[in-house]
Amino acid sequence: MLDRAAGESAKDTATRRVRFRGAGFVPASSRFGGWIALALVIAIWQAAGSVGLVNALFLPTPLAIARAIYQLAISGALWQHLSASLLRIGVGWLLGTAAGIAVGFAIGLSRLARSVGITFISALFPIPKIALLPLLILWLGIGEEPKIATIALGVFFSTAISVYSGVDAVPRNLIRMAQSFNVPFTTIVRKVIWPGALPAILAGFRITASVALLLVVSAEMIGAQYGIGAFVLQAGNLMQTDQLLAGVVILSVFGLVVGKVIGWLETRLLHWR
Amino acid sequence: MDLIANHITHRFGDLAVLDDVSFTVSAGEVVAIVGPSGCGKSTLLSILGGLLQPTSGAPELRGSPPADSLNPLTFVFQDFALLPWATVEENVEFPLLHTQLSATQRRALVDDALRRTSLTDFRKTYPKQLSGGMRQRVGISRALAVKPAILLMDEPLSALDSQTRELLMEDFVRLLADGGMGAVYVTHNLEEAARLADRIVVLSRRPGRIREVVTVPMTRAARGEAEAREKLLALQNQIWSLIRNEAIDAEREVQHA
Repeated sequence: MLDRAAGESAKDTATRRVRFRGAGFVPASSRFGGWIALALVIAIWQAAGSVGLVNALFLPTPLAIARAIYQLAISGALWQHLSASLLRIGVGWLLGTAAGIAVGFAIGLSRLARSVGITFISALFPIPKIALLPLLILWLGIGEEPKIATIALGVFFSTAISVYSGVDAVPRNLIRMAQSFNVPFTTIVRKVIWPGALPAILAGFRITASVALLLVVSAEMIGAQYGIGAFVLQAGNLMQTDQLLAGVVILSVFGLVVGKVIGWLETRLLHWR
Repeated sequence: MDLIANHITHRFGDLAVLDDVSFTVSAGEVVAIVGPSGCGKSTLLSILGGLLQPTSGAPELRGSPPADSLNPLTFVFQDFALLPWATVEENVEFPLLHTQLSATQRRALVDDALRRTSLTDFRKTYPKQLSGGMRQRVGISRALAVKPAILLMDEPLSALDSQTRELLMEDFVRLLADGGMGAVYVTHNLEEAARLADRIVVLSRRPGRIREVVTVPMTRAARGEAEAREKLLALQNQIWSLIRNEAIDAEREVQHA
């Protein structure tokens, strides 16, 4: 009996560390992990092409694509195609964004505009805008206008939806606070609703930038002499896959740059978050 | 300036929330409103402050507010309602922006309000950088900047920890000490009501009706003294006995909702 008690007592005094069970499930990434993975994929791709594992006609090597981009740049063709696309995207995006913000705010602020606007947006938003290009060519001719209008339409609907969703998401307690101080409607819109909706509006810009890029390429593939979309299509028709992929890389870089610009805008305008 | 609840009744659809509530808040008086959960205290305050239309009856004002008052009925919100994108001083200045005041006059009012709430050193900080207590100070500072005649306070301390509540309660006592400003103070906390109010309106369970109006039989200044604590505790017990059974019923109702 006494021996057993002594044994239990010795057991009770021994310590062991509590096992750590809280690892993982943290939404964090390594700083250079993505770049290292990208470099690795490019290196494998280059090696596979160089030793003849992959047919260069179907998948040119990264070096061949880089050479194609260099040739395009020194020949001036790159700027010709890029500037045509940028002009269409810029004008179309600005027009669609301006109209989308105006309509989105109207829907967010007015009961009548909401009833009418949401009905129309729900009916028209799902239509692939590129399907309207032939109709727009009939209406506006074969120049720049139908391509710009296609982009503007695509941008408009996404912008309007993100704006009125952003307005709806502005905390009601802030609006009530402003009303309790007799702050006029226009000041509430400028000082409460606009900054409150801005995160959703900027998030919408990310989507509309992608939509504009998608639509410009599609529109240029249907009917344009210059532009990245037209260039990619021509290269494909001529089986110049290095040129084709050069166009794709340029589009990817453009998308990255736009993403960075919007990220910079978010940092500047939403520093309070 | 007096604030009068004149036979206020309110329904949300089929749900009767308030039933024929009438009382008067005289100039400089602090009236607390207590009652079981869901009895319509916050609804009543929103109606008194003109943020909600009652189904019948009306909030009314009698007499003129002080000449320098820019917003006679001013809310202090439970959730602070601060603009997260604005600094402390911008939040305090916000209700002054649409007035006729010059930038210099606005600045003077903001400086004074910040000084009275000990926020001068925090004027350039954003709400997210502040503790809950400091955020509520900003809410109070913003309310003071418009020189209210009556503060409408909707459970202003309920989102705060007990130590911060105590500190802010001392601030309220100080701010309301001279009788220049009245208040309607909605609270669950009977101790807060007993420490701050001149009169306590006790509402019944939903639909809220006035069960009793209890007068606190001592000045606010006297309530800090040791012998006053027993009397205040007795007063709290008296009010608690009025609402205890209904509070239990209300809690069960909420749990089964």
